[in-house]
Amino acid sequence: MSSILIIVFGPLLAAIIAGLGNRAIGNVPAKILTTGALFLSCALSWPIFLSFVAGTAEASVVPVLKWVQSGTLTFDWALRVDTLTAIMLVVITSVSALVHLYSWGYMDEDPDQPRFFAYLSLFTFAMLMLVTADNLVQMFFGWEGVGLASYLLIGFWFKKPSACAAAIKAFVVNRVGDLGFMLGIFGTYLVFQTTSIPEILAAAPGMAGSTIGFLGMRLDTMTVLCLLLFIGAMGKSAQLGLHTWLPDAMEGPTPVSALIHAATMVTAGVFMVCRLSPMFQTSDTAMMVVTYVGAATCFFAATIGTTQWDIKRVIAYSTCSQLGYMFFAAGVGAYGAAMFHLFTHAFFKALLFLGAGSVIHAMHHEQDMRYYGALRKQIPLTFWVMMAGTLAITGVGVMGVFGFAGFYSKDAILEAAFASGSEHGQLAFFLGVVAALLTSFYSWRLMFLTFWGQPRWADSEHIQHAVHGHHEDLDEEASHSEHNSHAHHGGDDGTAGYHPHESPWVMLLPLLILSVGAVFAGYVFIHAFIEDAGFWKGAIFYNEHLMHAMHEVPLWVKLSPGVVMLAGLLIAWNSYIRNPKLPAAFVAQFRQLHAFLYNKWYFDELYNFLFVRPAFWLGRVLWKQGDIGIIDRFGPNGAAWAVAQGSRYAQKVQSGYLYSYALVMLLGLVAAVSWVMVR
Amino acid sequence: MDFAASLGLVAPEILLSVSGLVLLLVSAWAGDKASRAICIVGVAVLAVCAVLVVPALCGGAMGTDTVAFDGQLKADAFSAFAKLLIYAAAAVALIVAPAYFERVGAMRAEYGVLILFAVVGMGIMVSATDLLALYIGLELNSLAAYVLASFLRTDGRSAEAGLKYFVLGALASGILLFGMSLVYGFTGTTGFDGIRAALSGELSMGALFGLIFVLAGLAFKISAVPFHMWTPDVYEGAPTPVTTFFATAPKVAALALAMRVTLDAFGSQEIAWQQVIIFAALASIVVGALGAIGQVNIKRLLAYSSINNVGFLLIGLAAGTPQGAAAMLVYLVIYVAMTVGGFVAVLMMKDADGVPVEGIADLAGLSRTRPVLALCMAAVMFSLAGIPPLFGFWGKFVVFQAAVNAGMVPLAAIGIAASVIGAFYYIKIVKVMYFDEPADTVKGISDWAHWALLAIAALFISPLGYLLTKVLGALADNAATALFFAA
Repeated sequence: MSSILIIVFGPLLAAIIAGLGNRAIGNVPAKILTTGALFLSCALSWPIFLSFVAGTAEASVVPVLKWVQSGTLTFDWALRVDTLTAIMLVVITSVSALVHLYSWGYMDEDPDQPRFFAYLSLFTFAMLMLVTADNLVQMFFGWEGVGLASYLLIGFWFKKPSACAAAIKAFVVNRVGDLGFMLGIFGTYLVFQTTSIPEILAAAPGMAGSTIGFLGMRLDTMTVLCLLLFIGAMGKSAQLGLHTWLPDAMEGPTPVSALIHAATMVTAGVFMVCRLSPMFQTSDTAMMVVTYVGAATCFFAATIGTTQWDIKRVIAYSTCSQLGYMFFAAGVGAYGAAMFHLFTHAFFKALLFLGAGSVIHAMHHEQDMRYYGALRKQIPLTFWVMMAGTLAITGVGVMGVFGFAGFYSKDAILEAAFASGSEHGQLAFFLGVVAALLTSFYSWRLMFLTFWGQPRWADSEHIQHAVHGHHEDLDEEASHSEHNSHAHHGGDDGTAGYHPHESPWVMLLPLLILSVGAVFAGYVFIHAFIEDAGFWKGAIFYNEHLMHAMHEVPLWVKLSPGVVMLAGLLIAWNSYIRNPKLPAAFVAQFRQLHAFLYNKWYFDELYNFLFVRPAFWLGRVLWKQGDIGIIDRFGPNGAAWAVAQGSRYAQKVQSGYLYSYALVMLLGLVAAVSWVMVR
Repeated sequence: MDFAASLGLVAPEILLSVSGLVLLLVSAWAGDKASRAICIVGVAVLAVCAVLVVPALCGGAMGTDTVAFDGQLKADAFSAFAKLLIYAAAAVALIVAPAYFERVGAMRAEYGVLILFAVVGMGIMVSATDLLALYIGLELNSLAAYVLASFLRTDGRSAEAGLKYFVLGALASGILLFGMSLVYGFTGTTGFDGIRAALSGELSMGALFGLIFVLAGLAFKISAVPFHMWTPDVYEGAPTPVTTFFATAPKVAALALAMRVTLDAFGSQEIAWQQVIIFAALASIVVGALGAIGQVNIKRLLAYSSINNVGFLLIGLAAGTPQGAAAMLVYLVIYVAMTVGGFVAVLMMKDADGVPVEGIADLAGLSRTRPVLALCMAAVMFSLAGIPPLFGFWGKFVVFQAAVNAGMVPLAAIGIAASVIGAFYYIKIVKVMYFDEPADTVKGISDWAHWALLAIAALFISPLGYLLTKVLGALADNAATALFFAA
């Protein structure tokens, strides 16, 4: 039995048992089963990946089942393993296994743990199906599967209205993207008469330049198909326009945010573009759109990240922004760089999210950074892993010596964008550099607000609740032991007597492992991903020329990411350590700019006005006027009313008097006679 | 055909009459002590009569060999089919009676005798091929029925039921007789064969009036709308064993009679009566269903249910084809089984003192106190509603199929739609039994005979009943063929 089968179906089996067994098998067995299955998958994935890095493995396809055979439409369940899949396998299984473990601690007090772990494993299965897909339909199965799991997990705390709303929003916005993806799949089948990915990619260059009728226009075939598929990728990867669900998805438990909304699912769009790279390569227009959208998202999300107060939202916009980097890398043809950033980003972003989760855990579910401060001494381990994540995302490193993960991948992207020489590539480069400045700023802002300065959590409702709840418990048992309560009366130091404590080891261990990835992933794997054409073995379109040009860029291009990183750090230090009053003054000065950014460029308001309200209006019209007013009124309710009336009347006639009975009989007789006479 | 052969053909009626007379003497001499024994003997006599008619049914008897007394009666497969059903229903009425009447000290020896005489009348009704024989059979049955309805002489409701039945029955008999005289006047004969021959061709106005009046008189007997008004009052007021009897045997007899009259005597003027039958069918379905909604007494509800079922049966008659007649007979068998099941279940519902429980509200939560009884009752209700896989569905199915094959798609469609209304009140009973808080009223215990009857009825209407569709269909086809043989 091939190990890929165990990797993919182990999590599914665990999800089914834990999900259906639920309370019958209990919390601990469900957790052991799901976590065990993921660690097994992870252990089996790394050898596959390393054998590709070493260059000893070849791409292979493991057939599982026949699926559909209908005329020319034929496709099977089959698991494809090549370099691209191997990268995704380690990313998914590693992060998922660590998130499973982390959730033991984070979800410890939740009453629904088997359900949570079953969803997590189900998600992992769907994601693995997506990345191992050998045809577009199976990819779509995984695509929808991760969407479903994401919906279930965002709405995991379904008693919270905001969580339900966020889950629905994620689902609905993804439908928009999925419609594009579906049309893309249909169109691809129409053009190529197959859904098999290798066959499509082999035939794609031959289709360049042909035209297809779409919406009554004659358009370039490959451009239409690629753009439709890219709309799907935009939805899943939260690109500008279809990004609105991602920040709201932070309503889900933090481990979910780390696994789904940072490391894996949101990168599915990037994966898909890379998987279909020979197809995208045939259309310059499509590539240009991908570049523009990626660059715009990268810049736009970074600007919003600078103003948010919720620690998870900052990281969510950061994710959105980093996904933009990946897309414009793919758009300029540097698919290797895109995948490399995907790979390193998975580690450091999962680390940042889980670290944020650890902070939130320590702060009794307070997520507002205004109520943090000086946590460096309270939760030192969390501080150090967050520091590792921040160094990785801001791209700290010294050229030619050593750098954190993001240093290599982000630099590779920016260099490739500049080296591509095209107009949109240049624009993407400049936007990317500005975004790098902003990234550095908001990342350090997060660090400074959280770990430096003075404690500010006295005003937090969560903390007050925790302290008072705790205090009342104490009153009963320890009213005589005065020394116990002195800790709870020190409100003047901004702590309100609350002292955060470090998370349990099941949460810290994944953080430590991920920080190893965040520190070394770039340094170790840069060669394979960027410089080694043999590594990819045709799994992506490898642009030899561009890869060489990357090394020939001027020195200022190579230095610019480091410079803006330092600039961002200095601005953040100046604003939040040296002169903490500065941000308020800035906001007062540029009130409108701040409001614009703080309100996320008013995208939600715009969509609310353009789509949500008209949709609700239409729905309400159809409901009130159409359904209740017409269908119900003349249908079920009308029939029921008529029956009730008839019943009342029938009983009224049944008076019990003989003469009325005789009258009815005679009337009936007369009526019958009259009828047959006049007929 | 000689007189002896004629006597041989009416052997069941002779046996029943003689038994009735002998038992009457026994009751006169032995008094009420003998009432239980009379019922038992009555069941035995009915069993013997059933054996006597089986050969005619299985052999598909028809034609001149079956004609008795120069065309007064016809002992063919059709009448044999109806008689078997009537005997079975009458036997049930005999079996369940003692337990019911003895509790109130009202068990009289005449009960069994009256049932037997009524059966004689019904036997004549279903074999009559002459207006006079028809009338004699009808009146013999009716006179016994009027007495039976008011059998609980001390009970006001029972007396009222008997009186209402009598007065309205007399009116109906008058209408029927008037119709007969018109038919005789315009055709010059009372025999069905002669009438059919005389009516072929242009139909005179007088004969048409006669036809309609005869149908109206028969419609009263089968309680088709608008001649149904007596049914709820009589069914509610009459003692429950009698209601069981009314709802089954006379319905079978009157419907068989109506089939013989319309398809045989007026068979050549189908166009004249078909629309009237269609109206009566639809009106019965709708009024039966509407009337049942809102009833609080289970017997009254079953009365409306029987009106409703007659409507479905008339759809088969309206088709006017052998298939329609066969479908009606199949439906009748299933209807009798369902009705017997329903009324036996009602008879078994007694409070701790043995007083019968008739309120639907008293059935609340029956599933928890008397699960088997509730299950049987639920099966009866679902079957009456015509919900597969219960056997009641089959009856409706064959009738609608016959109507569709006869080209009456709208009629079938309306019938099916209207049966949805019926489902509401049938299933409401199930809801009351299974989902309401227990009322804890039904506590009384029943003897094995009731349980046996209920079990037979429940098994018959259960999905197991479908095992019988083939043999039932074959017998019904025999009977229908015999009915149409002369035509």
